[in-house]
Amino acid sequence: MLLKHTTSEIKERSALTVNPAKTCQPIGAMYASLGIHGCLPHSHGSQGCYAYHRSALTRHYKEPVMAATSAFTEGASVFGGQANLLQAIDNMFTVYNPDIIAVHTTCLSETIGDDIPQIVKKAEADGKIPEGKYVIHANTPSYVGSHVTGFSNMCKSMVDYFSESNGHKSKTINLIPGYVEPSDMEEIRRIASEMKLKTIMFPDTSGVLNGPMTGRFKMYPDGGVTIDQLKQTGSGMGTVAMGRLASMAAARALDNKCKVPCEIIDLPIGLHGTDAFIDTLRHIAGVNVPDSLTFERGQMVDIISDMHQYFYGKRVGLVGDPDQLLALTKFLVSLDMHPVYIVTGTPAGKKYEKALREVVKDVPGEVKISVPGDMYLFHQWIKQEPVDLLIGNSYVKYIAKDDDIPYVRYGFPILDRVGHSYFPTVGYKGGMRLLEKILDALLDRQDRDATDINMELVM
Amino acid sequence: MANAALKEEIFELDGMDPEKVKEEMLSAYPTKVARKRAKQIIVNKVEGEDVPIIQSNVRTVPGLIGQRGCCYAGCKGVVLGPTRDIVNITHGPIGCGFYSWLTRRNQTDATTTPDGHNFMTYCFSTDMQDEQIIFGGEKKLKQAIQEAYDNFHPKAIAVFATCPVGLIGDDVHSVCKEMKEKLGINIFGFSCEGYKGVSQSAGHHIANNQIFKHVIGNDDTVKDGDYKLNLLGEYNIGGDAFEIERIFKKCGITQVASFSGNSTIDAFANAHTADLNLIMCHRSINYVAEMMEKKYGLPWIKVNFIGAEATAKSLRKIAAYFDDPKLTEKVEAVIAEELPEVKKACAEVLPRTKGKRAMLFVGGSRAHHYQELFNELGMETLSAGYEFGHRDDYEGRKVLPGIKVDADSRNIEELKVEADPEKFKPRKSPEELEKLRSCGLEFAGYEGMMPEMKNGSLVIDDISQHETDTIVEAFKPDLFCAGIKEKYSIQKHGIPLKQLHSYDYGGPYAGFKGAVNFYKEIDRMVNSKIWGYLKAPWQTNPELAATYAWD
Ligand code: SF4
Ligand code: SF4
Repeated sequence: MLLKHTTSEIKERSALTVNPAKTCQPIGAMYASLGIHGCLPHSHGSQGCYAYHRSALTRHYKEPVMAATSAFTEGASVFGGQANLLQAIDNMFTVYNPDIIAVHTTCLSETIGDDIPQIVKKAEADGKIPEGKYVIHANTPSYVGSHVTGFSNMCKSMVDYFSESNGHKSKTINLIPGYVEPSDMEEIRRIASEMKLKTIMFPDTSGVLNGPMTGRFKMYPDGGVTIDQLKQTGSGMGTVAMGRLASMAAARALDNKCKVPCEIIDLPIGLHGTDAFIDTLRHIAGVNVPDSLTFERGQMVDIISDMHQYFYGKRVGLVGDPDQLLALTKFLVSLDMHPVYIVTGTPAGKKYEKALREVVKDVPGEVKISVPGDMYLFHQWIKQEPVDLLIGNSYVKYIAKDDDIPYVRYGFPILDRVGHSYFPTVGYKGGMRLLEKILDALLDRQDRDATDINMELVM
Repeated sequence: MANAALKEEIFELDGMDPEKVKEEMLSAYPTKVARKRAKQIIVNKVEGEDVPIIQSNVRTVPGLIGQRGCCYAGCKGVVLGPTRDIVNITHGPIGCGFYSWLTRRNQTDATTTPDGHNFMTYCFSTDMQDEQIIFGGEKKLKQAIQEAYDNFHPKAIAVFATCPVGLIGDDVHSVCKEMKEKLGINIFGFSCEGYKGVSQSAGHHIANNQIFKHVIGNDDTVKDGDYKLNLLGEYNIGGDAFEIERIFKKCGITQVASFSGNSTIDAFANAHTADLNLIMCHRSINYVAEMMEKKYGLPWIKVNFIGAEATAKSLRKIAAYFDDPKLTEKVEAVIAEELPEVKKACAEVLPRTKGKRAMLFVGGSRAHHYQELFNELGMETLSAGYEFGHRDDYEGRKVLPGIKVDADSRNIEELKVEADPEKFKPRKSPEELEKLRSCGLEFAGYEGMMPEMKNGSLVIDDISQHETDTIVEAFKPDLFCAGIKEKYSIQKHGIPLKQLHSYDYGGPYAGFKGAVNFYKEIDRMVNSKIWGYLKAPWQTNPELAATYAWD
């Protein structure tokens, strides 16, 4: 047994987190920063944090993840990190020549209370920021929120620093994709371009964290939203923000700052999530939905109807990030599956929990939800009454193996498989991929457990 | 030829002048940075026992992008991580604990201890919130320890402080002491805030100190067995420790404790009853060995089980120490039995690996140890360096007295250790020790990496991303060894990277069986056809011919 000390006996805990279902803000900020073209993320703190964040992102994407650190020692921790950041900015521009440096803080620099804008101003006054280059920042204390919060904060900073209105509304729609995979961002863009819409998406990690092998290492890969594009977001005709937790702050800021109206929708995961996304675009832009997308939709409904019997009534346990969980739960319910245990480590708030409860209100029996919760509690629920399917990141495989439950890898981090950075789970195509994954897990299990007598060839 | 080169002091490295490459690396830096890095990038030159001074264990330059992690990572991640039956609570915000959860591949076999405890698959954290940052986290920590006890009933709990803890002034040690009294199990803390020292290295030292203070010596039971020793600085990545244990068992050697691959706290507590300490990774664990020698009287020797010849040599050192013909005979028999198969495997790949060129930048000992295996494969090490080594790891322990303790190291506690009035017991008489020394057995010695590297090779401490890219471009090595953060940037250059922290999820590579695994793995990596797929046909042959191939 991998998690042999986990039993069904639940004891009240108020202080100890066991097997967290979240991680810390800076990694989300680092990931978002990588979605700006020519950007070098910078971690203002000790070097341990950036080493961990780079390692985790690298393991998840199997791609280079470049970022730098202020490398605090004890002195900097006592006297503040100004000298370190000034030196770091100079070195980064001199040696690595990024277009932009995106600074995020860590627990350490937040606890000290370093004032990043003031330090950056000083760097500017000292002539350490070359002409036409930028340093932006986001405050990302990890003792608040989670990695999703950090992502959200950095997205908002992109708006705060760059978005500007030129007085004219362009025909461009801003897309804030949420904390999703590069493949998902690519797919969201594809859907919009199928609809012949002009869009700017930020951040955009496609082409950055799913790059090709060419024999040449590019410190700054081809992908990412450009600074010019970020500036233009202030003149967009509207913003579609996907996922409240990850994208709403940036969308609201853009509305406040440049009067760009925003629609905040769920992540376009599953049939109805994707429907809502496309319908929102249709309304904002006043365009017709092309047959090609309606065709894809039809294909997805086709799979659902062909295989409905295998989804029907299956109990599912999910762990992950709040925006994903909400959309995914809706999707599962639409398939007549029964999401019964739902846990996110992110403190997503009462309103969020209410929204989630609303989605599962017709699921028979008790649905256990913990916001925020951890995977230890999640596993204890499973020990009390098992589920037919688990959906979650790579850590969930320990539960799946111990309790012999079919399992679909989904979320962050995925450390032991490839695919997530290349193949989306958003949109109809992505939904079809999810359906395939769920069916593979369930039907492989049925095959495995079949006797010599009841083995099925056709399913 | 070698002499002539020495006279002119110009060495050639793979057809290039290493000094020029060094200059190229430095030329991109601001003057002050270049001056600092110049002392950490050294063209090796071995003169008798002397090698050049290399500046190391100094602060990383902010903004340069390097390999290092923090003190917490060295303490919780490296040294204490592999001990299965301690509940390790990270006191801090969630990240630090999350990232050090199961990411280091320390294998462990809980079936060998009666209680079967194994908490390594779990992550325990106080998940500090802003409330604790403002009002202090001691109360939450106390409660967390209580909950860990109530839920898991471990025999020991350890608490690891992360960066904010030191700043807000939480006293983890007094909390641990209080809870230890309350719960009646061993509970101890580590002030391993990430900003301490300049790398993981500070964390190793802190880990060593606390284990020594709180655990070693707690159990005086003298267990049965001959030739009792401890293996220090072996972390059982990919099962290395299992292979070494296998060999020990075969030789009739009794391993009392391992620090800390496949380890338990009870074995730590009993470690002082062994008669010899073996050190694998000198950097991370030499402190414990030094302190045990002073307090309990058991000497230490440096060993290396990476590489078949090195393994054989290390076994012979052990036999020499115990100086018992029975053991010597057994060890020789085991070597004679195991080595031929290893040699055969090596001979099989040698024609394909010979002459290939490698670079190693990793850790505090592996960059040295793995050169053994590359030598066996007929490969040349062009360049190597440590991520968090000290001068003694590069130049040998003889430089220890000359190392100045700087501000960053001064704040890491040096325990005052004295001989224990009851438990100190010299394992050998002075005459016996002298005799062993005269037969070539070196106690408390480590030669370091540089004396074993050839003249002209580039030794680079705490290498940066920029320097990495420069040497890779300059030499186009056949293989680069480093860690996960470097893996894919190197491979984008079209050069395979072997991870020497995680072994790319393979291994074991230690001992005899491990060497065979490594030979096969390196053969696969440096001779694979996949690196030839980088160009599409239309890129190699862009001109358009308006004819069909069969015309
Ligand atoms: S929780 Fe804070 S200290 Fe820990 S890794 Fe994250 S940012 Fe760094
Ligand atoms: S540097 Fe500090 S905050 Fe960052 S990972 Fe290390 S202990 Fe945690």
